[in-house]
Amino acid sequence: MNKDLLLRVENLNRSFGGVKAVRSMNFDLFRGDILGIIGPNGSGKTTLLNLITGFIAKDSGKVTYASREITHWPAHKIADAGLVRTFQVVRPYSSFATYKNLIPPLFSPRNRRTARGRLGDRDAVAIDILEEVGFERESAVIHKLAGTLPLGYLKRLELARCLAMTPELLCCDEVFSGLSMAEIASMVPLLERLRRNGITLIMVEHRLRELFKIANRLIVLNFGEKIADGIPQEVMKKDEVRKAYLGEEFAL
Amino acid sequence: MGNEILKRRERLDRGVKVRTDTIYAVSSWQEMFFLLVPRLVLVVGLLSAPLIAPNLYWQKVICILGVFALLSLGFDFLSHFVGLVSLGGGLFIGVGGYMSGICNYYFGLPIALSIPMGTLLGAILCTLILLPTLPLRGVYFAIVTFAYPLMIERAICAADVLGGTDGITGLTMLGNIWFSQYMILGVVLFSTFGLRKLVNEDIGMVFRGVKDNDQAIRASGINITLYKALAVFISALMGCFGGAYLTHLYGWVGVSLLATDFSIFPLVATAVGGPSTLVGSLIGCIILVPISETLRAFGALRIVMYSLILIFFIAYWREGLLNWLIRKYEQSEHWTRV
Repeated sequence: MNKDLLLRVENLNRSFGGVKAVRSMNFDLFRGDILGIIGPNGSGKTTLLNLITGFIAKDSGKVTYASREITHWPAHKIADAGLVRTFQVVRPYSSFATYKNLIPPLFSPRNRRTARGRLGDRDAVAIDILEEVGFERESAVIHKLAGTLPLGYLKRLELARCLAMTPELLCCDEVFSGLSMAEIASMVPLLERLRRNGITLIMVEHRLRELFKIANRLIVLNFGEKIADGIPQEVMKKDEVRKAYLGEEFAL
Repeated sequence: MGNEILKRRERLDRGVKVRTDTIYAVSSWQEMFFLLVPRLVLVVGLLSAPLIAPNLYWQKVICILGVFALLSLGFDFLSHFVGLVSLGGGLFIGVGGYMSGICNYYFGLPIALSIPMGTLLGAILCTLILLPTLPLRGVYFAIVTFAYPLMIERAICAADVLGGTDGITGLTMLGNIWFSQYMILGVVLFSTFGLRKLVNEDIGMVFRGVKDNDQAIRASGINITLYKALAVFISALMGCFGGAYLTHLYGWVGVSLLATDFSIFPLVATAVGGPSTLVGSLIGCIILVPISETLRAFGALRIVMYSLILIFFIAYWREGLLNWLIRKYEQSEHWTRV
């Protein structure tokens, strides 16, 4: 097992008032992994992502990404380094045409450092990326205002916005939530393709069945604490996981 | 209820509008006229205004109109494209005016240098003093931009620096009224078309993104504060140019350049002309400045007029004049039965 360490989270803490949203969190993430993070509502999954990506401040602890300490970096600098996140509540630029939503990330300093990002036609690149995540190329959808799109498209747009950043580590915050079974089924191969393209994924999810298809590692949170860590099928057999999350009678 | 015929107004894009959105704009004269006519009306109208103006008084009014137009354009850009509601008209005019006055009076620079220097230094100073408010969301930016000119005015009067209450007199004047008019009109037209181009460029999408959804901009690895500062700088450049220009138009700079009028007027002009169109705020100025001059006899009562106009437009006609005109120009309307 000679794997390349990409992200290390050490003793991370954050509380909101009296609530300890995340406490003494530790984990390592290796390049090429797909890490699933699950847990009951309010167990601190989204807070953990917010802490890692710098969207909220850390009370204490240390985050190392690609052998650089990013603990106190602002959110835009972390994203600039290739650690990109989606938002659970989709945040399109609702007054833009759909494909124009990808212009800000394509115009970001991260992309403009490459000759292709600096000189290429960003509209064309945007349409290419949208096609990659499942927008029909010739359809009128990509020219509609993003605010008018149905949720299925918005989730894809959110993913496309992150892909436009050419991420190394992508944190997906519940990309499956609110989607129909058919839409989820079409998202799974897309995420697998990302992994093949060398993108490491952290997926916060409630949809276990789909998550287990792609994740090769699982962390279970409860009340802000990590209660299990390991290969999905093994983790789910643990008693405390079943008790905390799935209920006593859950059968895999 | 039952036998009442329900009707609604249906709006359809005119064929010529749809064609001119694409490369077919150059397919025939009709399409080209469709695009050119509104732009030509604006450009020719503005450039011929000095020729129509009956006397020197109205020619000066055109100069003032240009200054207000620059402020209104900057206001529309900042508040409707970047999401920073700015009441900084007085600040920009004042700082630009004083900077240019200082360059001219204390350092003896000629107008050709003092106006550009005043514009640039003023814009840099304004951006720097507004920098602390930029990471904040909400009304703070508006409050601070409004408070600064009041503060600077008191400070200048109390400390009796920069001419104190009397201001700095005896500055070089622009002189030729024709040059004065065409200079400001040229800058106004350049700013209008320049800003319209800017907001549709890729960098413009970042500005508009800051307004629409600043968290997504951060998640895209872009420093919001930097882009807000850049937008403030652009807007301040236009405002400070207005200030520097006014200073040399009158050959005098004083605390009246920091007046609240400069902060409030752009708001009214933009509401009347049509928000988030840029050209709308220019049209608002073209309508309001002459009215305001005609009513000069009423003195302080004019503020009542402004207020009534503002209330009417905000309460009953929020799209403003230009958005209405665009709709009439680009779409056909008819009643259909529901």
